Amino acid sequence: MIEIKNLHKQFGQTEVLKGIDLKIEEGNTVCIIGPSGSGKTTLLRCLNLLETPTKGTIKLGKFSLDFQDKKPVSKDKVIKFRQQTGMVFQGYNLFPHMTALENIMEGLVYVRKQDKELSRTKALQLLKKVGLSERANHYPSQLSGGQQQRVGIARAMAMEPEVLLFDEPTSALDPELVGEVLKVMKELAKEGMTMVVVTHEMNFAREAADKVVFIDKGVIVEEGTPQQIFEHTGHERTLQFLNKLCS
Amino acid sequence: MFANERMDRIIDIVVNSFLPMLKAGIAFTVPLTLTSFFLGLILALLTALARISGIKPLDAVARFYVWVIRGTPLLVQLFIIFYGLPSVGITIGPLPSAIIGFTISVGAYNSEIIRAAILSIPKGQWEAGYSIGMSYRQALKRIILPQATRVSVPPLANSFIGLVKDTSLAATITVTEMFRVAQQITATTYEPLVLYCLAGFIYLIFSTVLSNAQGQMEKRLDRYVAG
Repeated sequence: MIEIKNLHKQFGQTEVLKGIDLKIEEGNTVCIIGPSGSGKTTLLRCLNLLETPTKGTIKLGKFSLDFQDKKPVSKDKVIKFRQQTGMVFQGYNLFPHMTALENIMEGLVYVRKQDKELSRTKALQLLKKVGLSERANHYPSQLSGGQQQRVGIARAMAMEPEVLLFDEPTSALDPELVGEVLKVMKELAKEGMTMVVVTHEMNFAREAADKVVFIDKGVIVEEGTPQQIFEHTGHERTLQFLNKLCS
Repeated sequence: MFANERMDRIIDIVVNSFLPMLKAGIAFTVPLTLTSFFLGLILALLTALARISGIKPLDAVARFYVWVIRGTPLLVQLFIIFYGLPSVGITIGPLPSAIIGFTISVGAYNSEIIRAAILSIPKGQWEAGYSIGMSYRQALKRIILPQATRVSVPPLANSFIGLVKDTSLAATITVTEMFRVAQQITATTYEPLVLYCLAGFIYLIFSTVLSNAQGQMEKRLDRYVAG
Protein backbone atom coordinates (compact mmCIF):
# COMPACT_ATOMS: atom_id res chain seq x y z
CA MET A 1 0.00 0.00 0.00
CA ILE A 2 2.74 2.46 0.98
CA GLU A 3 6.35 1.89 0.14
CA ILE A 4 9.02 4.40 1.05
CA LYS A 5 12.53 3.93 -0.28
CA ASN A 6 15.69 5.75 0.71
CA LEU A 7 13.78 8.90 1.69
CA HIS A 8 15.86 11.97 2.49
CA LYS A 9 14.77 15.42 3.60
CA GLN A 10 17.04 18.35 4.09
CA PHE A 11 16.18 21.77 5.53
CA GLY A 12 19.01 24.06 4.48
CA GLN A 13 22.13 22.39 5.83
CA THR A 14 20.35 20.09 8.24
CA GLU A 15 19.43 16.65 7.11
CA VAL A 16 16.31 15.66 9.01
CA LEU A 17 15.60 12.34 7.30
CA LYS A 18 18.62 10.29 6.38
CA GLY A 19 17.36 7.49 4.23
CA ILE A 20 14.07 6.03 5.43
CA ASP A 21 12.79 2.69 4.13
CA LEU A 22 9.35 1.69 5.26
CA LYS A 23 6.50 -0.48 4.08
CA ILE A 24 2.96 -0.11 5.30
CA GLU A 25 0.32 -2.73 4.54
CA GLU A 26 -3.25 -1.91 3.71
CA GLY A 27 -5.51 -1.83 6.75
CA ASN A 28 -2.65 -1.55 9.19
CA THR A 29 -2.15 1.01 11.90
CA VAL A 30 1.44 2.08 12.15
CA CYS A 31 2.63 4.18 15.06
CA ILE A 32 5.76 6.25 14.65
CA ILE A 33 7.46 7.05 17.93
CA GLY A 34 10.69 8.75 18.82
CA PRO A 35 12.21 11.71 20.66
CA SER A 36 11.37 15.25 19.57
CA GLY A 37 13.47 16.40 16.68
CA SER A 38 13.90 12.82 15.48
CA GLY A 39 12.16 13.55 12.17
CA LYS A 40 8.93 11.63 12.77
CA THR A 41 6.63 14.54 11.95
CA THR A 42 8.71 15.40 8.88
CA LEU A 43 8.37 11.81 7.69
CA LEU A 44 4.61 12.01 8.09
CA ARG A 45 4.44 15.34 6.27
CA CYS A 46 6.47 13.88 3.43
CA LEU A 47 3.76 11.26 2.98
CA ASN A 48 1.25 13.90 1.83
CA LEU A 49 3.89 16.20 0.37
CA LEU A 50 3.33 19.06 2.78
CA GLU A 51 7.11 18.68 2.79
CA THR A 52 8.81 17.79 -0.46
CA PRO A 53 11.42 15.09 0.05
CA THR A 54 14.91 15.91 -1.16
CA LYS A 55 15.55 12.40 -2.44
CA GLY A 56 13.94 9.00 -2.56
CA THR A 57 10.73 7.40 -3.76
CA ILE A 58 7.28 7.12 -2.24
CA LYS A 59 4.75 4.72 -3.59
CA LEU A 60 1.22 5.25 -2.32
CA GLY A 61 -1.86 3.66 -3.84
CA LYS A 62 -1.99 4.38 -7.52
CA PHE A 63 0.99 6.71 -7.65
CA SER A 64 4.70 6.41 -7.31
CA LEU A 65 6.80 9.57 -7.03
CA ASP A 66 10.52 9.78 -7.49
CA PHE A 67 12.24 12.74 -5.87
CA GLN A 68 15.52 14.14 -7.00
CA ASP A 69 17.38 17.29 -6.13
CA LYS A 70 16.06 20.35 -7.93
CA LYS A 71 13.61 18.45 -10.04
CA PRO A 72 10.18 19.59 -8.89
CA VAL A 73 7.14 17.36 -9.19
CA SER A 74 4.30 19.04 -11.08
CA LYS A 75 1.60 20.72 -8.97
CA ASP A 76 -1.04 18.57 -10.57
CA LYS A 77 0.72 15.37 -9.58
CA VAL A 78 1.23 16.65 -6.04
CA ILE A 79 -2.49 17.35 -5.67
CA LYS A 80 -3.52 13.98 -7.13
CA PHE A 81 -1.06 12.18 -4.89
CA ARG A 82 -2.14 14.13 -1.83
CA GLN A 83 -5.81 13.46 -2.49
CA GLN A 84 -5.17 9.82 -1.62
CA THR A 85 -4.30 10.89 1.92
CA GLY A 86 -6.11 12.58 4.76
CA MET A 87 -4.43 14.42 7.60
CA VAL A 88 -5.25 15.12 11.21
CA PHE A 89 -3.16 17.92 12.70
CA GLN A 90 -1.75 18.45 16.15
CA GLY A 91 -3.41 21.87 16.33
CA TYR A 92 -6.67 20.64 14.69
CA ASN A 93 -6.51 23.40 12.03
CA LEU A 94 -10.25 23.45 11.57
CA PHE A 95 -11.54 26.26 9.38
CA PRO A 96 -12.72 28.76 12.01
CA HIS A 97 -15.15 30.54 9.70
CA MET A 98 -17.15 27.36 9.06
CA THR A 99 -19.33 25.27 11.32
CA ALA A 100 -18.35 21.70 12.19
CA LEU A 101 -20.65 20.45 9.45
CA GLU A 102 -19.29 22.91 6.88
CA ASN A 103 -15.74 21.93 7.75
CA ILE A 104 -16.52 18.35 6.81
CA MET A 105 -18.53 19.27 3.72
CA GLU A 106 -15.95 21.69 2.34
CA GLY A 107 -13.76 19.16 0.55
CA LEU A 108 -16.73 17.23 -0.80
CA VAL A 109 -18.46 20.28 -2.21
CA TYR A 110 -15.55 22.42 -3.40
CA VAL A 111 -12.83 19.89 -4.19
CA ARG A 112 -14.87 16.89 -5.27
CA LYS A 113 -17.69 19.11 -6.60
CA GLN A 114 -20.27 16.78 -5.13
CA ASP A 115 -23.91 17.60 -4.71
CA LYS A 116 -24.47 19.73 -1.64
CA GLU A 117 -27.29 17.69 -0.15
CA LEU A 118 -25.42 14.41 -0.61
CA SER A 119 -22.38 15.98 0.98
CA ARG A 120 -24.44 17.19 3.92
CA THR A 121 -25.85 13.71 4.48
CA LYS A 122 -22.41 12.20 4.41
CA ALA A 123 -20.99 14.88 6.71
CA LEU A 124 -23.79 14.26 9.20
CA GLN A 125 -23.06 10.52 9.14
CA LEU A 126 -19.42 11.22 9.89
CA LEU A 127 -20.32 13.60 12.71
CA LYS A 128 -22.47 10.88 14.18
CA LYS A 129 -19.62 8.46 13.90
CA VAL A 130 -17.34 10.71 15.92
CA GLY A 131 -20.16 11.35 18.38
CA LEU A 132 -20.83 14.99 17.58
CA SER A 133 -24.23 15.01 15.91
CA GLU A 134 -25.49 17.72 18.24
CA ARG A 135 -22.56 19.97 17.46
CA ALA A 136 -23.10 20.12 13.69
CA ASN A 137 -23.85 23.83 13.64
CA HIS A 138 -21.23 24.91 16.15
CA TYR A 139 -18.19 26.88 15.10
CA PRO A 140 -14.79 25.49 16.11
CA SER A 141 -14.42 28.24 18.72
CA GLN A 142 -17.51 26.85 20.44
CA LEU A 143 -16.06 23.33 20.71
CA SER A 144 -13.61 21.81 23.17
CA GLY A 145 -10.22 20.64 21.94
CA GLY A 146 -11.29 17.03 21.92
CA GLN A 147 -14.42 17.86 19.97
CA GLN A 148 -12.45 19.93 17.49
CA GLN A 149 -10.04 17.10 16.92
CA ARG A 150 -12.89 14.66 16.33
CA VAL A 151 -14.29 17.06 13.71
CA GLY A 152 -10.77 17.12 12.26
CA ILE A 153 -10.84 13.34 11.93
CA ALA A 154 -14.28 13.45 10.32
CA ARG A 155 -13.10 16.13 7.89
CA ALA A 156 -10.17 13.96 6.82
CA MET A 157 -12.39 10.85 6.58
CA ALA A 158 -14.91 12.64 4.37
CA MET A 159 -12.52 12.55 1.43
CA GLU A 160 -12.29 8.75 1.69
CA PRO A 161 -8.51 8.67 1.67
CA GLU A 162 -6.46 5.51 1.17
CA VAL A 163 -4.54 6.39 4.28
CA LEU A 164 -5.11 8.67 7.27
CA LEU A 165 -2.10 10.52 8.66
CA PHE A 166 -2.14 11.68 12.28
CA ASP A 167 0.40 14.22 13.48
CA GLU A 168 0.46 13.96 17.27
CA PRO A 169 -3.33 14.23 17.35
CA THR A 170 -3.62 14.35 21.13
CA SER A 171 -0.56 16.39 22.08
CA ALA A 172 -2.41 19.70 22.29
CA LEU A 173 -5.27 18.28 24.36
CA ASP A 174 -6.01 18.49 28.06
CA PRO A 175 -5.39 15.05 29.57
CA GLU A 176 -9.08 14.40 30.25
CA LEU A 177 -9.91 14.97 26.57
CA VAL A 178 -7.32 12.59 25.14
CA GLY A 179 -9.46 9.51 25.66
CA GLU A 180 -12.37 10.58 23.45
CA VAL A 181 -10.03 11.16 20.49
CA LEU A 182 -8.12 7.92 20.97
CA LYS A 183 -11.39 6.02 21.16
CA VAL A 184 -12.42 7.29 17.72
CA MET A 185 -9.00 6.39 16.35
CA LYS A 186 -9.18 2.87 17.78
CA GLU A 187 -12.55 2.35 16.15
CA LEU A 188 -11.15 3.43 12.81
CA ALA A 189 -8.21 1.06 13.23
CA LYS A 190 -10.61 -1.76 13.99
CA GLU A 191 -12.62 -0.98 10.87
CA GLY A 192 -9.55 -1.55 8.77
CA MET A 193 -8.57 2.03 7.98
CA THR A 194 -4.92 2.36 7.03
CA MET A 195 -3.42 4.79 9.51
CA VAL A 196 -0.01 6.28 10.18
CA VAL A 197 0.14 7.87 13.59
CA VAL A 198 2.93 9.98 15.01
CA THR A 199 2.29 9.85 18.72
CA HIS A 200 3.57 10.02 22.27
CA GLU A 201 0.66 7.91 23.51
CA MET A 202 2.45 4.63 24.17
CA ASN A 203 -0.70 2.96 25.46
CA PHE A 204 -2.43 3.71 22.18
CA ALA A 205 0.53 2.32 20.24
CA ARG A 206 0.53 -0.79 22.43
CA GLU A 207 -3.19 -1.44 22.01
CA ALA A 208 -3.97 -0.31 18.48
CA ALA A 209 -0.81 -0.54 16.41
CA ASP A 210 -0.02 -3.40 14.07
CA LYS A 211 3.45 -2.03 13.75
CA VAL A 212 5.53 0.38 15.80
CA VAL A 213 8.40 2.28 14.22
CA PHE A 214 11.03 3.90 16.39
CA ILE A 215 12.85 6.80 14.76
CA ASP A 216 15.83 8.66 16.11
CA LYS A 217 18.06 11.25 14.43
CA GLY A 218 16.48 10.80 11.04
CA VAL A 219 16.80 7.03 10.75
CA ILE A 220 14.56 4.12 11.64
CA VAL A 221 16.25 2.45 14.57
CA GLU A 222 13.81 -0.38 14.88
CA GLU A 223 10.40 -1.53 13.75
CA GLY A 224 8.19 -4.37 14.85
CA THR A 225 5.00 -5.35 16.60
CA PRO A 226 4.17 -3.40 19.76
CA GLN A 227 5.28 -6.43 21.74
CA GLN A 228 8.65 -6.59 20.06
CA ILE A 229 9.27 -2.88 20.59
CA PHE A 230 7.82 -2.40 24.06
CA GLU A 231 8.69 -5.72 25.69
CA HIS A 232 11.64 -7.22 23.90
CA THR A 233 13.61 -4.45 22.33
CA GLY A 234 17.25 -5.20 21.88
CA HIS A 235 18.20 -1.68 21.05
CA GLU A 236 19.92 0.58 23.51
CA ARG A 237 18.37 3.76 22.10
CA THR A 238 14.83 2.41 22.05
CA LEU A 239 15.25 1.31 25.64
CA GLN A 240 16.58 4.70 26.71
CA PHE A 241 13.66 6.45 25.02
CA LEU A 242 11.03 4.20 26.56
CA ASN A 243 12.59 4.48 30.00
CA LYS A 244 12.61 8.24 29.81
CA LEU A 245 8.89 8.22 29.01
CA CYS A 246 8.12 6.07 32.05
CA SER A 247 10.21 8.02 34.53
CA MET B 1 -27.76 96.21 15.04
CA PHE B 2 -24.83 95.51 12.82
CA ALA B 3 -24.16 92.21 14.56
CA ASN B 4 -27.73 91.17 14.07
CA GLU B 5 -27.69 91.91 10.37
CA ARG B 6 -24.47 89.92 9.95
CA MET B 7 -26.01 87.01 11.84
CA ASP B 8 -29.03 86.99 9.53
CA ARG B 9 -26.77 87.04 6.50
CA ILE B 10 -24.76 84.11 7.79
CA ILE B 11 -27.85 82.09 8.53
CA ASP B 12 -29.09 82.90 5.06
CA ILE B 13 -25.85 81.70 3.50
CA VAL B 14 -25.82 78.49 5.55
CA VAL B 15 -29.41 77.70 4.66
CA ASN B 16 -28.88 78.47 1.00
CA SER B 17 -25.55 76.60 0.69
CA PHE B 18 -26.29 73.51 2.71
CA LEU B 19 -28.43 71.85 0.07
CA PRO B 20 -26.21 72.57 -2.95
CA MET B 21 -23.20 71.31 -0.97
CA LEU B 22 -24.96 68.22 0.24
CA LYS B 23 -26.12 67.62 -3.33
CA ALA B 24 -22.56 67.93 -4.62
CA GLY B 25 -21.53 65.55 -1.87
CA ILE B 26 -24.11 63.00 -2.88
CA ALA B 27 -23.63 63.52 -6.62
CA PHE B 28 -19.81 63.61 -6.67
CA THR B 29 -18.11 62.92 -3.34
CA VAL B 30 -19.98 59.70 -2.59
CA PRO B 31 -19.81 58.10 -6.07
CA LEU B 32 -16.19 59.20 -6.44
CA THR B 33 -15.34 57.59 -3.14
CA LEU B 34 -17.28 54.37 -3.77
CA THR B 35 -15.99 53.87 -7.31
CA SER B 36 -12.38 54.61 -6.45
CA PHE B 37 -12.48 52.46 -3.35
CA PHE B 38 -14.05 49.51 -5.12
CA LEU B 39 -11.64 49.65 -8.07
CA GLY B 40 -8.78 50.30 -5.65
CA LEU B 41 -9.72 47.23 -3.67
CA ILE B 42 -9.44 45.03 -6.76
CA LEU B 43 -6.10 46.60 -7.59
CA ALA B 44 -5.01 46.14 -3.98
CA LEU B 45 -5.96 42.46 -3.94
CA LEU B 46 -4.08 41.80 -7.18
CA THR B 47 -1.07 43.68 -5.84
CA ALA B 48 -1.14 41.80 -2.54
CA LEU B 49 -1.39 38.46 -4.37
CA ALA B 50 1.54 39.46 -6.58
CA ARG B 51 3.56 40.28 -3.46
CA ILE B 52 2.92 36.91 -1.82
CA SER B 53 3.08 34.88 -5.04
CA GLY B 54 6.76 34.14 -4.72
CA ILE B 55 7.08 34.92 -8.43
CA LYS B 56 9.96 37.41 -8.52
CA PRO B 57 9.02 39.67 -11.47
CA LEU B 58 5.43 39.99 -10.21
CA ASP B 59 6.65 40.79 -6.73
CA ALA B 60 9.06 43.39 -8.11
CA VAL B 61 6.39 45.18 -10.14
CA ALA B 62 4.05 45.25 -7.14
CA ARG B 63 6.77 46.54 -4.85
CA PHE B 64 7.69 49.28 -7.30
CA TYR B 65 4.09 50.42 -7.63
CA VAL B 66 3.54 50.60 -3.88
CA TRP B 67 6.88 52.35 -3.39
CA VAL B 68 6.17 55.09 -5.93
CA ILE B 69 2.58 55.74 -4.91
CA ARG B 70 3.17 55.73 -1.19
CA GLY B 71 6.22 57.91 -1.59
CA THR B 72 4.58 60.74 -3.54
CA PRO B 73 1.77 63.10 -2.49
CA LEU B 74 -1.70 62.33 -3.77
CA LEU B 75 -2.04 65.97 -4.85
CA VAL B 76 1.03 65.64 -7.06
CA GLN B 77 -0.34 62.42 -8.57
CA LEU B 78 -3.65 64.13 -9.42
CA PHE B 79 -1.84 67.07 -11.00
CA ILE B 80 0.31 64.77 -13.12
CA ILE B 81 -2.76 62.91 -14.39
CA PHE B 82 -4.94 65.95 -15.05
CA TYR B 83 -2.51 68.78 -15.91
CA GLY B 84 0.59 66.79 -16.87
CA LEU B 85 -0.54 64.02 -19.17
CA PRO B 86 -2.21 66.31 -21.77
CA SER B 87 1.26 67.51 -22.78
CA VAL B 88 2.03 63.98 -24.01
CA GLY B 89 -1.31 63.79 -25.76
CA ILE B 90 -3.29 62.01 -23.05
CA THR B 91 -6.22 64.15 -22.03
CA ILE B 92 -8.54 62.78 -19.39
CA GLY B 93 -11.57 64.62 -18.02
CA PRO B 94 -11.64 65.90 -14.43
CA LEU B 95 -13.84 63.16 -12.96
CA PRO B 96 -12.10 60.21 -14.67
CA SER B 97 -8.75 61.73 -13.71
CA ALA B 98 -9.88 61.87 -10.10
CA ILE B 99 -11.15 58.29 -10.19
CA ILE B 100 -7.87 57.05 -11.70
CA GLY B 101 -5.79 58.99 -9.21
CA PHE B 102 -7.72 57.84 -6.15
CA THR B 103 -7.92 54.26 -7.37
CA ILE B 104 -4.17 54.00 -7.85
CA SER B 105 -3.51 55.63 -4.51
CA VAL B 106 -5.96 53.62 -2.47
CA GLY B 107 -4.84 50.45 -4.28
CA ALA B 108 -1.28 50.92 -3.09
CA TYR B 109 -2.18 51.55 0.55
CA ASN B 110 -4.81 48.83 0.73
CA SER B 111 -2.54 46.25 -0.88
CA GLU B 112 -0.38 46.41 2.23
CA ILE B 113 -3.42 45.98 4.47
CA ILE B 114 -4.57 42.95 2.50
CA ARG B 115 -1.09 41.46 2.33
CA ALA B 116 -0.68 41.78 6.09
CA ALA B 117 -4.13 40.24 6.64
CA ILE B 118 -3.32 37.25 4.42
CA LEU B 119 0.01 36.73 6.16
CA SER B 120 -1.71 36.88 9.55
CA ILE B 121 -3.65 33.68 8.82
CA PRO B 122 -1.73 30.74 10.33
CA LYS B 123 0.16 28.46 7.94
CA GLY B 124 -1.83 25.55 9.32
CA GLN B 125 -4.93 26.89 7.55
CA TRP B 126 -3.22 26.59 4.17
CA GLU B 127 -2.04 23.12 5.10
CA ALA B 128 -5.49 22.05 6.21
CA GLY B 129 -6.84 23.24 2.86
CA TYR B 130 -4.14 21.34 0.99
CA SER B 131 -4.73 18.26 3.13
CA ILE B 132 -8.29 17.94 1.83
CA GLY B 133 -6.98 18.16 -1.72
CA MET B 134 -7.27 21.86 -2.45
CA SER B 135 -5.11 23.73 -4.92
CA TYR B 136 -3.40 27.02 -4.00
CA ARG B 137 -6.21 28.94 -5.65
CA GLN B 138 -8.96 26.98 -3.88
CA ALA B 139 -7.29 27.30 -0.49
CA LEU B 140 -6.83 31.03 -1.06
CA LYS B 141 -10.42 31.58 -2.10
CA ARG B 142 -12.22 29.28 0.32
CA ILE B 143 -10.00 29.28 3.40
CA ILE B 144 -7.59 32.20 3.53
CA LEU B 145 -9.39 35.19 2.01
CA PRO B 146 -12.60 34.81 4.05
CA GLN B 147 -10.52 34.88 7.22
CA ALA B 148 -8.28 37.67 5.96
CA THR B 149 -11.35 39.76 5.18
CA ARG B 150 -12.33 39.76 8.82
CA VAL B 151 -8.86 40.87 9.86
CA SER B 152 -8.68 43.63 7.27
CA VAL B 153 -12.07 45.30 7.81
CA PRO B 154 -11.00 47.75 10.53
CA PRO B 155 -7.90 49.05 8.70
CA LEU B 156 -9.76 49.08 5.37
CA ALA B 157 -12.56 51.12 6.93
CA ASN B 158 -9.89 53.55 8.11
CA SER B 159 -8.59 53.85 4.61
CA PHE B 160 -12.14 54.28 3.29
CA ILE B 161 -12.90 57.16 5.61
CA GLY B 162 -9.54 58.65 4.68
CA LEU B 163 -10.56 58.48 1.04
CA VAL B 164 -13.86 60.26 1.69
CA LYS B 165 -11.87 63.21 2.98
CA ASP B 166 -9.15 62.94 0.34
CA THR B 167 -11.74 63.35 -2.41
CA SER B 168 -11.77 67.06 -1.47
CA LEU B 169 -8.45 67.18 -3.36
CA ALA B 170 -10.44 66.61 -6.54
CA ALA B 171 -11.50 70.25 -6.20
CA THR B 172 -7.99 71.18 -7.32
CA ILE B 173 -8.54 69.45 -10.65
CA THR B 174 -11.88 71.17 -11.19
CA VAL B 175 -14.21 68.35 -10.15
CA THR B 176 -17.29 70.05 -8.73
CA GLU B 177 -17.44 67.86 -5.67
CA MET B 178 -18.58 69.22 -2.35
CA PHE B 179 -15.49 71.20 -1.44
CA ARG B 180 -15.35 72.82 -4.86
CA VAL B 181 -18.92 74.00 -4.39
CA ALA B 182 -17.98 75.44 -1.00
CA GLN B 183 -15.13 77.32 -2.70
CA GLN B 184 -17.43 78.63 -5.38
CA ILE B 185 -19.98 79.91 -2.89
CA THR B 186 -17.18 81.48 -0.84
CA ALA B 187 -15.99 83.33 -3.91
CA THR B 188 -19.32 85.12 -4.18
CA THR B 189 -20.20 85.56 -0.50
CA TYR B 190 -16.78 86.17 1.10
CA GLU B 191 -17.63 84.00 4.12
CA PRO B 192 -14.83 81.43 4.08
CA LEU B 193 -15.08 80.55 7.77
CA VAL B 194 -18.76 79.72 7.57
CA LEU B 195 -18.62 77.77 4.32
CA TYR B 196 -15.51 75.76 5.05
CA CYS B 197 -16.88 74.86 8.49
CA LEU B 198 -20.07 73.79 6.79
CA ALA B 199 -18.08 71.65 4.35
CA GLY B 200 -16.22 70.09 7.27
CA PHE B 201 -19.50 69.38 8.98
CA ILE B 202 -20.89 67.53 5.94
CA TYR B 203 -17.68 65.46 5.68
CA LEU B 204 -18.13 64.65 9.35
CA ILE B 205 -21.68 63.39 8.68
CA PHE B 206 -20.44 61.16 5.86
CA SER B 207 -17.61 59.74 7.97
CA THR B 208 -19.91 59.07 10.90
CA VAL B 209 -22.36 57.15 8.74
CA LEU B 210 -19.45 55.11 7.36
CA SER B 211 -17.99 54.37 10.78
CA ASN B 212 -21.34 53.01 11.87
CA ALA B 213 -21.49 50.83 8.77
CA GLN B 214 -18.03 49.52 9.66
CA GLY B 215 -19.25 48.56 13.12
CA GLN B 216 -22.14 46.61 11.62
CA MET B 217 -19.87 44.81 9.21
CA GLU B 218 -17.40 43.84 11.92
CA LYS B 219 -20.19 42.40 14.00
CA ARG B 220 -21.33 40.30 11.06
CA LEU B 221 -17.84 39.02 10.32
CA ASP B 222 -17.13 38.28 13.96
CA ARG B 223 -19.93 35.76 14.29
CA TYR B 224 -17.58 32.78 14.38
CA VAL B 225 -15.21 34.24 16.95
CA ALA B 226 -15.73 33.04 20.51
CA GLY B 227 -17.52 35.77 22.44
